[in-house]
Amino acid sequence: MRAFIAATLVLTGVTGLIWAQAYAAPNAPPATASAAISVGNAARGAIVYTNRCAGCHSIEVNRVGPAHRGVVGRRAGTAAGFTYSPALKNATLSFNEATLDRWLINPQATVPGTRMFFRLSAAQERADVIAYLKTQSVAR
Amino acid sequence: MSELVRLASRRTALGRGVLSLGALAVLSAEPVMAAAARRSGRQGQARAGDIDILNVALGLEHEAIEAYQIGAESGLLTPPVLALAVDFQSHHKAHRDALASTIAQLGGRAVAAKSRADYVAGLEIAKISTAIDVLRLAARLEKGAANAYLGVIPSFTDRSLAHVSARLAADETMHWTALARALGDDLPKAALTFGA
Repeated sequence: MRAFIAATLVLTGVTGLIWAQAYAAPNAPPATASAAISVGNAARGAIVYTNRCAGCHSIEVNRVGPAHRGVVGRRAGTAAGFTYSPALKNATLSFNEATLDRWLINPQATVPGTRMFFRLSAAQERADVIAYLKTQSVAR
Repeated sequence: MSELVRLASRRTALGRGVLSLGALAVLSAEPVMAAAARRSGRQGQARAGDIDILNVALGLEHEAIEAYQIGAESGLLTPPVLALAVDFQSHHKAHRDALASTIAQLGGRAVAAKSRADYVAGLEIAKISTAIDVLRLAARLEKGAANAYLGVIPSFTDRSLAHVSARLAADETMHWTALARALGDDLPKAALTFGA
């Protein structure tokens, strides 16, 4: 009986460890502003964009969120025809690789009061999607 | 102007039927939202943030409802697929009503739906000419909504609203899965493909 209980505890522990690793891995390490910016891949970023950003955004057209054509290098809150929150409209933020990375980690921490709350926690995904957005410049 | 855009400009009565069991299940989230509204009523700034998130979600629901409406009016869908679209649209209407009610209870103003013309432009309806195109649009929106709901979970101040967001994401994921099957697409081989 003791052997059975011991085996059960070991099995439970191992299962728990596997579960914890499997479910913690995608979000580890925690996204922080100090995280190094990874090298982005635009092709991967296009997929990330489709899967993660396109719920609210598109490149060409304002939807729930503003259009992203030319977002890299653009001052925040200035996409033509989009109605921004006062917070973002009055922000003095320009989007470059570093500020976009910070923005995607936590938009509310970057510009308190913005209406964007979506976070992209994986550093590589952020780098990839920023690389993709860099290819979507104003001049096509 | 494509045939679909022309058809989309006409409004017909669709989706006025009874709510499906799935929609009723979603509506059961409403008491949770109401309780959250009472709690958040005591926290001004946090409440405003939660209202903003809910309004973004509501915007997505308005868009999904209109996308299904446009698809249903297109005449491109076979009866079984049309029935599926109407069911899914009813889910989104239930989501919309629950979200709008919660926003109001929190003291916010629920964002209104845009015009049909805005959705036609925003969803690039002019590019749609086949039933497959309609299903691909729906699948894209459902996947995007699922990921959006998952992506805002960490931002809710009220954890019961985060729970509701997860439930909404589950509905959208269910829709996406059915649409992927209808399209004959393979489901992801890897685990944890949503909301990483």
